[in-house]
Amino acid sequence: MHIEIRQQPFDPFDEVRDYQRNTLNEAGKYGATALFIGTMRDFNEGDDVRAMTLEHYPGMTEKHLEKICGEAQKRWDIIDSLIIHRVGDMYPDDPIVVVAVWSAHRAAAFEASRYLMEELKSRAPFWKKEQLSEGSRWVEHNS
Amino acid sequence: MIGFDPVYRNLVSSMSIAVKFFASLREQVGKSEERLDAGPAATVAEIWQLATGGQPLAANTLMAVNMEYVDAGHPVQDGDEVAFFPPVTGG
Repeated sequence: MHIEIRQQPFDPFDEVRDYQRNTLNEAGKYGATALFIGTMRDFNEGDDVRAMTLEHYPGMTEKHLEKICGEAQKRWDIIDSLIIHRVGDMYPDDPIVVVAVWSAHRAAAFEASRYLMEELKSRAPFWKKEQLSEGSRWVEHNS
Repeated sequence: MIGFDPVYRNLVSSMSIAVKFFASLREQVGKSEERLDAGPAATVAEIWQLATGGQPLAANTLMAVNMEYVDAGHPVQDGDEVAFFPPVTGG
């Protein structure tokens, strides 16, 4: 498994392809790859959002992401998992997060990737601050 | 004499605690981190009181000791890193 906090924009499709080719090294073993990509919207709670700053808790965030990947590995019969999450200043259409799970059969990949995203959203220490047309605000609820 | 008693000294000596604040709490409190001395047997809630000068601790505040989630009543030990932050909004 691999988790990473990224300061710079990334292409989630390139990342998953490169990981699968160069790191996973399990060709022929996985029959299912589930991929989730979170992308920044230009609207939230009825307002136009121009930009966003994502903050994290260096150390704890990585520790928590590793922990949930380990839990997914125990709960489902998966081969590997990958999480990359952006921090810093970002703009609409920028990828925020990619979660990929590889398994022999689809059920484990679907369920484990859903689990990783829900755990990430509810417990991993990240915070979003939105820049609106006028002023900025911290996002208070994760929908 | 009693100052040489390692048990007694442990009871009275102060603890050095690293405190961190994130996101809206960092802005509210006006600092991102500090090191403070706490009395023995302090809890996370008491560290908040010391670090913020008695600001109210919002019910939805999340707390961590050494990067693991804890409750407000969790005891802290010398050298611990204690963090306070609002509900998380990643992903």
